Amino acid sequence: MKLSSHLPAGSVKIMGGQLYRGATATSAGVLEANPGVLIKNGRIAALGPDALAQAADETLTAENCIVSPGFLDLCCNLREPGNGQKGNMASETRAAAHGGFTSVCAAPDTSPVNDSGAVTSLIRDMAVRRALVRVLPIGAVTRGLQGELLSDMAGLQKAGCVALGNASRGLRNARVLRRCMSYARTFGLTLMLNPENQALAADGYAHDGLVTTRLGLLGIPEVAETTAVMEMILLAQETGVRLHLSQLSCARSVDMLAEARQRGIQVTADVAMHQLAFTEDALSGFDSRFHVRPPLRSERDRQALVAGVRDGVIDAIVSQHQPHESAAKQAPLEASEPGLSSIEVALSLGLERVAANELSLPQLLRALTAGPAAVLGQSAASNAGLGAGAVADLCIFNPDQSWCPGLGTLVSAGGNGPVLERVMPGVVHYTLVGGHQAWPSLLP
Amino acid sequence: MTAIVTGLHHLQLTREGQLRHFLTLDGLGCELLTDILDTADSFIEVGERTIKKVPLLRGRTVVNLFFEPSTRTRSTFELAAKRLSADVLNLDISTSATSKGESLADTLYNLEAMASDMFVVRHAQSGAPHFIAESVTPKVAIINAGDGRHAHPTQAMLDMLTIRQHKKTFAGLKVAIVGDVLHSRVARSQIRALNELGVAEVRVIAPGTLLPRDVEALGCTVEYDMLRGMKDLDVVIMLRLQKERMEGALLPSEGEFYRLYGLDRAKLALAKPDCIVMHPGPINRGVEIESAVADGPQSVILNQVTNGIAIRMAVMSMAMGGQLAERQQALNDMAKQEVRS
Repeated sequence: MKLSSHLPAGSVKIMGGQLYRGATATSAGVLEANPGVLIKNGRIAALGPDALAQAADETLTAENCIVSPGFLDLCCNLREPGNGQKGNMASETRAAAHGGFTSVCAAPDTSPVNDSGAVTSLIRDMAVRRALVRVLPIGAVTRGLQGELLSDMAGLQKAGCVALGNASRGLRNARVLRRCMSYARTFGLTLMLNPENQALAADGYAHDGLVTTRLGLLGIPEVAETTAVMEMILLAQETGVRLHLSQLSCARSVDMLAEARQRGIQVTADVAMHQLAFTEDALSGFDSRFHVRPPLRSERDRQALVAGVRDGVIDAIVSQHQPHESAAKQAPLEASEPGLSSIEVALSLGLERVAANELSLPQLLRALTAGPAAVLGQSAASNAGLGAGAVADLCIFNPDQSWCPGLGTLVSAGGNGPVLERVMPGVVHYTLVGGHQAWPSLLP
Repeated sequence: MTAIVTGLHHLQLTREGQLRHFLTLDGLGCELLTDILDTADSFIEVGERTIKKVPLLRGRTVVNLFFEPSTRTRSTFELAAKRLSADVLNLDISTSATSKGESLADTLYNLEAMASDMFVVRHAQSGAPHFIAESVTPKVAIINAGDGRHAHPTQAMLDMLTIRQHKKTFAGLKVAIVGDVLHSRVARSQIRALNELGVAEVRVIAPGTLLPRDVEALGCTVEYDMLRGMKDLDVVIMLRLQKERMEGALLPSEGEFYRLYGLDRAKLALAKPDCIVMHPGPINRGVEIESAVADGPQSVILNQVTNGIAIRMAVMSMAMGGQLAERQQALNDMAKQEVRS
């Protein structure tokens, strides 16, 4: 995708710091001393001594920084078209660039819902004009996300959707789900589905556990997710569709995922960064910011999700970025809208897991780069790894430098960040998309 | 769990540990709870006078904000406020502003602008009074008159007052709470109060469908069999069963519930002979309690109602005192800063 909003790039040389080339099939990859990176015409022209030997228009010093492939977010709400009061293409892709992301998947629950090629084209057109990072549209798996009728899957694919999803909405029943899978399989489309049994989740909005019992909140039991995971895995096996489970929240789901993989079923999965950082305790003061879906669960679940990322069973960490206007959260927990404005602090939350020795830095980076890139295949090749000839989508960040997310530092239109006015590790110095500087933004 | 206690603790108490809102019993120690009971005791005498008024809230405006219908709780709050000489405004919000699409926060900003000093809030959503106290109108004293399934702290305290009147002390008591614990804000507050005041055992008696997950964590034991559960009881508290529960596939029928968990004379005979029978009301005769028991010698259900006024007077006067102390403190702080600058 062409990004006309950037200043034209000349050649750029990146020197100093460390380099993370990316993960391999067998390892999360390593950090090495940066041998020098040369970018020309939006691509990596050379790595190593060749790069150093050549002259460049501009030199970026990456002292104390890590040069990594740009991050890819499989679940991001840009809020456009239709929800301009919450955010828009420009504000939220700028937030993405601030977070080190060079590509974001745009969730289909826009208004209108992205369930036809025309809406996909509209989104792509908006992105070309206003986005600072690559926008990869996800189409709706059913018409209007109503869970009843098939969407125009082939049309969505032709218009540029990289996968189809249900955006946390339910499907009417297992028969509809099975037919969605079977039809998507026809076109080799990946289905990205949020596993949730609607009947079991009912009116719940928090993890059915100690905090809901104490505070009298309506719970979503763990089985609302695990029974859906099992159903989806069995149907995926039968239909042969490529299934991606979005935003797992339960320990038991991770076990079932690992088991399915061992049996050779084509299934991948992601987890939201906030699920690795917070638990049900975040709701203990009725804090509506932490009303998210799926809900934050127990510490045991959190640890199992982290272990899933560490072992590579969970392929990707997503931001599940959901910016909101203040009124959406300015209500009692139950009446507030779910979601966090999280894409700008995702890396920092991940680095806190690294500092807590729960993840290694390469394991974290794999889940933000090669992991999600493998889920999307060719359409996300630029996030998979750094090598000569690759498209120059890069993130340069200092993992040890600290910053304080707040009104003065965050650029998303949503004020509903999970961490405000607390010092966090990890500052993104540059985000380059096709060699163009997306962060710090050169636009007003 | 500590986060809950400390979070709400700071929200509803002044820096000196005085009550300034009354949202939940979580985080309130035995001493403060006893203080509330003692204060209520002193107000009981007011209800027996010919002129049932004290001037503690004279010139203050109390707004009863009931987002859910209620007769008993609202009228006892209204009487309590009037006996404290406050100006009282009753708003039945379920039929006014919010049905016109106004948000909860906007409704409250408007009422605050009318110089209200205290909101008595009942709301169907757990945590609504907490939200108001924390984010909307922190300078108005907020009294929780029941929020969703979360808490009904004045009801629990009037129950504690009733128990103390009949049993003198909490030490050594065995108390059972019977029925729909899952949906009950009353039960949650009662379990908390009974634990804090030091009873020997709190038992909940109900079928699995009417118990929240991991209910033991609240500080109680679980008994599915009421015949076993009645043994050695000093106090039995019956909860109201909403008729809608049958539709949600939580229970097969009223008849089966009454047979297994309804309090009749035969079941009551299994408890200690001086066991008292309580019910937060309104009662469903023949659904959770037999008429002969509700009206019988061991029943203290009407004492509970009388005590409700005294408890609400106590909580309202204490919270107003704390709120005024906090305002005074803020003024003093400002004056000090001005002197410094």
